[in-house]
Amino acid sequence: MTQYLIRRTLWSITMLIAVTALVFVIFFLLPGAAGNAGSGKYPPVAVRIAGKQPSPATIEAIIDRLGLDRPVHEQFFSYLGNAAQGDLGYSYQTEEPVTQAVLRRLPPTIGLALGASVLWLLIGCTIGVISALKRRTVWDRASMIGALAGVSMPVFWIGLMAVFFFDSRLQIYDTGSYVPFTSNPLQWLSVMWLPWIVLALTYAAIYSRMVRGNMLEVGGEDYIRTARAKGLTERSVIRHQLRSALTPVVTMYGLDLGLLLGGAIITENIFNIPGIGSYTVTAIAQQNLPVILGTTVIASFFIIFSNLIVDVFYAILDPRVTYS
Amino acid sequence: MGEPILEVKDLKVHFPTPDGVVKAVDGLTFTVHRGETFGIVGESGSGKSVTCLTALGLIKRESAQISGEVLFEGHDLLKLSNEDLRPIRGKGLSMIFQDPFACLHPFYRVGDQIIEAIQCHDSCDKNEAKNRTIGLLDAVGIPQPDDRIRDYPHQFSGGMRQRAMIAMALAHNPSLLIADEPTTALDVTVQAQILELIDHIKQEFNIGVILITHDLGVVADVAQSVMVMYAGRAVEYGSRDEVFSGPLHPYTWGLLESIPNIDRKGGRLVPIEGAPPSLIRVPTGCAFNPRCPHRFDPCDKDRPELLDRGGGHPEACHLRIEDKKRLWNEREAGRVEVAS
Ligand SMILES: Nc1ncnc2c1ncn2[C@@H]1O[C@H](COP(=O)(O)OP(=O)(O)O)[C@@H](O)[C@H]1O
Ligand SMILES: [Mg+2]
Repeated sequence: MTQYLIRRTLWSITMLIAVTALVFVIFFLLPGAAGNAGSGKYPPVAVRIAGKQPSPATIEAIIDRLGLDRPVHEQFFSYLGNAAQGDLGYSYQTEEPVTQAVLRRLPPTIGLALGASVLWLLIGCTIGVISALKRRTVWDRASMIGALAGVSMPVFWIGLMAVFFFDSRLQIYDTGSYVPFTSNPLQWLSVMWLPWIVLALTYAAIYSRMVRGNMLEVGGEDYIRTARAKGLTERSVIRHQLRSALTPVVTMYGLDLGLLLGGAIITENIFNIPGIGSYTVTAIAQQNLPVILGTTVIASFFIIFSNLIVDVFYAILDPRVTYS
Repeated sequence: MGEPILEVKDLKVHFPTPDGVVKAVDGLTFTVHRGETFGIVGESGSGKSVTCLTALGLIKRESAQISGEVLFEGHDLLKLSNEDLRPIRGKGLSMIFQDPFACLHPFYRVGDQIIEAIQCHDSCDKNEAKNRTIGLLDAVGIPQPDDRIRDYPHQFSGGMRQRAMIAMALAHNPSLLIADEPTTALDVTVQAQILELIDHIKQEFNIGVILITHDLGVVADVAQSVMVMYAGRAVEYGSRDEVFSGPLHPYTWGLLESIPNIDRKGGRLVPIEGAPPSLIRVPTGCAFNPRCPHRFDPCDKDRPELLDRGGGHPEACHLRIEDKKRLWNEREAGRVEVAS
């Protein structure tokens, strides 16, 4: 077990480095990349930061300050070295330390992701289980039509409709009034409920379909027949069924949550939540490499480690799986 | 043979499907007595499993049209609700299944699954249930049962799992054990052990056993009565000796000739030609007629009923009894000739 964890952690770190390298390649080496001077004199990103009609001296000062003239591999390794010590560099734009900015923007993202995920987990599993148990009834048909609609509607559309409806029309929601949970929990709640629902809807639809499918599949298993044959009450039989049907949900939940902790880009932008996702979008628009790198590393971290946690968890839930 | 414990009367189980009605069981009557092993034999798809699952109420009633009677301990099981069947399942009437690899819940410990079976009918504490489980596992020949109860099913071999299933089925001293192809998924050597175990249990507890198999050879060793099924109906029904020494139905002949290494006369192994019919479109007349080498005029028109035509036990074949005896003798002689 310990050995397994060490091996997986090392592998995770390797993956993080590879992701960082990939971003460097995209930023510096690809033709037309922001950090690639190409046939021109200066890398586009330096010209951009220098502002309108900059003098060559300004541009060169910027290049010098950001170290853009150093060889790419040198920049890469110094970045890795600093990152290992928790220093993700400084924003090109605001010169704020990226580590600090990311930490500041993490709580809104975590709040959004956790809240939404609890919501979709509850809704998705409940609907899925009931639909499977009441298969072919009106409830089942209606839920599955609803779920189909849910998976078909893109988040950005649901989000914009929600803002339009609750903010502009009903005026019971105030978009963009985010405050941290710690400074005013009630207002935080009054801001978060709508993005939670918007973000949760699609997932709830997917989860309810998956849970229903799992329940029906497991319901046809021989060991469920055994459970009935030995005289268990229908309740206990359903418990046996749930045990198998919900185990894969744990995996999916972990992976989905990990993905969202790296920033719910669309939802955060629509509702003006100052999380990792909206930070990333701004950074990309500004060709702000340290921020792009910082958010990418953080997002990759969550994805890679949620994978690890899910695998460890799965081996606990499924006795047939061993660490190897 | 003791008193009757299970009486099935004119059982019909029809599944309406989009392609037509599947007549999985179509008028089946038989009786199982205490202390006997009742063999049900037939190729796969002949309705053997459906028959037994229906008795236990394990066929979804809304998916099937079920008629007839299944009398057990004074009840007609077909008339009982799911709730009323529950106290009978696993208590008076237990069942073990074909595929021991799929029959135990992979996420629960084997011991816990048996403990659960004990506790769902007896209100005893966990510790007592655990001790009884160890005793049961020991009785079915699982070594070190006090350690093995903590194992998960995947840590058991196929034979061990079937033993565990048998232990579970015996938890409440049932009066009838239904074993649906209990050895089909197992290695040959293990098969013999499991059959021996079932036979031993039958004698020790004086219970009735229904042994379902597609292999007449399996039944030959342990059964006292045999019912041969084809396309949802019985085609021959008698004591083991009657069926094995004087088989009267060409389908039974075919099954007998396809038993490998039969230690009676001859050694030729002849599979029955063709395949069992679709149960949606069962041939008119005798369902076996398209595959029967001895079919004659009425076979594809009149359905032969299951009755004693003078051969000593019921069968469903239009041939005259003298012809049957002659044909079977000829077939046996042919087999010996080829073998020698
Ligand atoms: N729920 C069901 N719906 C439709 N057909 C079924 C159902 N269950 C069993 N059958 C059909 O009934 C027939 C008999 O099946 P079964 O009793 O399992 O055969 P056997 O056990 O003799 O191999 C098969 O053709 C099978 O496809
Ligand atoms: Mg079967």
